[in-house]
Amino acid sequence: MSERLIVVGASLAGMRAVQTARKAGFTGPLTLVGGEEHLPYDRPPLSKAYLDDDEPTHPEFPASANMAADLDLDLRMGTWATSLDGERKVLGLSTGEELDYRSVIIATGASPRTLPGSEDISGVHCLRTLDDAVAIRSALEAGARTVVIGAGFIGSEIASGARKRGLSATILEALPVPLVRSVGEEMGKACAELHLSNGTDLRCSVKVTGLESADGKVTGVTLDDGSTVPADLVVVGIGVIPNTGWLKGSGVTLDERDGAIVCDETLNAGLPGVYAAGDVARFPNKLFDGEMMRVEQWTNANEQGTLAAKNAVNPAEAQPSAAVPYFWSDWYGHRIQFVGIPQSDEIRVVSKELGEEKFLALYRRGDRLTGCISIDRPAQIMKYRRQIMQSGSWEDALAFAGVS
Amino acid sequence: MRIVVDHDKCTGLGMCEAEAPDLFEVQDDGSLVLLNETPSEDQRAAAEAAVESCPTEALSIVED
Repeated sequence: MSERLIVVGASLAGMRAVQTARKAGFTGPLTLVGGEEHLPYDRPPLSKAYLDDDEPTHPEFPASANMAADLDLDLRMGTWATSLDGERKVLGLSTGEELDYRSVIIATGASPRTLPGSEDISGVHCLRTLDDAVAIRSALEAGARTVVIGAGFIGSEIASGARKRGLSATILEALPVPLVRSVGEEMGKACAELHLSNGTDLRCSVKVTGLESADGKVTGVTLDDGSTVPADLVVVGIGVIPNTGWLKGSGVTLDERDGAIVCDETLNAGLPGVYAAGDVARFPNKLFDGEMMRVEQWTNANEQGTLAAKNAVNPAEAQPSAAVPYFWSDWYGHRIQFVGIPQSDEIRVVSKELGEEKFLALYRRGDRLTGCISIDRPAQIMKYRRQIMQSGSWEDALAFAGVS
Repeated sequence: MRIVVDHDKCTGLGMCEAEAPDLFEVQDDGSLVLLNETPSEDQRAAAEAAVESCPTEALSIVED
């Protein structure tokens, strides 16, 4: 029987998984399969510092360069997993090879939703990969009039990057308030305020109907009121879909809604030896009463890559996933930070109650603190994260914030 | 064991403070203060967790 551990997906979660497997004492054959040609690299800078107007820093992880030798790793970049057979315990690859395994960790991430009809028009991008970032950066360097579709975090960071270079930036958002699902209404408004005060033309409640182009290059985005927003660069940031199409028929349970891998609390994907980690996984979070969640965040990929590897190497002592979600986003020199989960019974905008300018809001569920968002309050946000981690009470959180 | 912060890389995201609040504290301006540069052996696990959790790889442990 094979002893091999295969990690599918060579971004943050996949890299942490192979590192952790070795650290946890796994000495058997270890394979890392990655679809992109680039060695594992860090994605948060792609929509932030990488777009700045100076020499870009390659976002490769420092550990990437020597990881194959350091970890005695069978590293296969530019290779896609094409099938998983849970009965025979075999993984199929785009090279036509089949690899047998004892354990597999699936960390294939997610792909951006695209705009139908945009495939053959140049100047229209999503931002997920380094190659995407290179193309967007190059358009910004050429002075592109930038239009972002979707006022989410990625799109907002790109608008911010365009404004930083003095370029015009327009954001087109279908909902009346941006980010409502991520952070709630009042907080979405506070974030929208940052766009308006920095010269980005944020247009909410608009419906995009199509693209205009000339000679195969985008020239504008058309709206349902008949108007056209001129554009040289269009970035589409309207969410992502888990990369699990290759798992159909594998025996891994996929969520009907979005195709995410449905895991148990140890990140096991429903087949012996098969685990999932990162954007691709929907899992019950022990810290939030076992609520099923899928978390598209750096810290989640970091923690779950580590946890999935520990559990794959030592299933008899498998630990549950119990992390506090955390993300950050940098707009116009301001830092937005969110810890916990936004679905709540009550949201208190503490900064307003205290008459303070820098935004801070707390989220309550039952009698517990379950979330916190802040803008430019880096000293405080992690103190609330610890409270959430320790299942801290709402009363204590309010007292800590100085309100009652 | 000594903790080293690369202040050029650190942007004050605070993961280290969440992992090891006795060792790290982010300030109001986003800068990071090391509360204890030479933690004891029983703080090693927390220190290592902090190093590994840093999104900007700004932390390292040096064995003197």
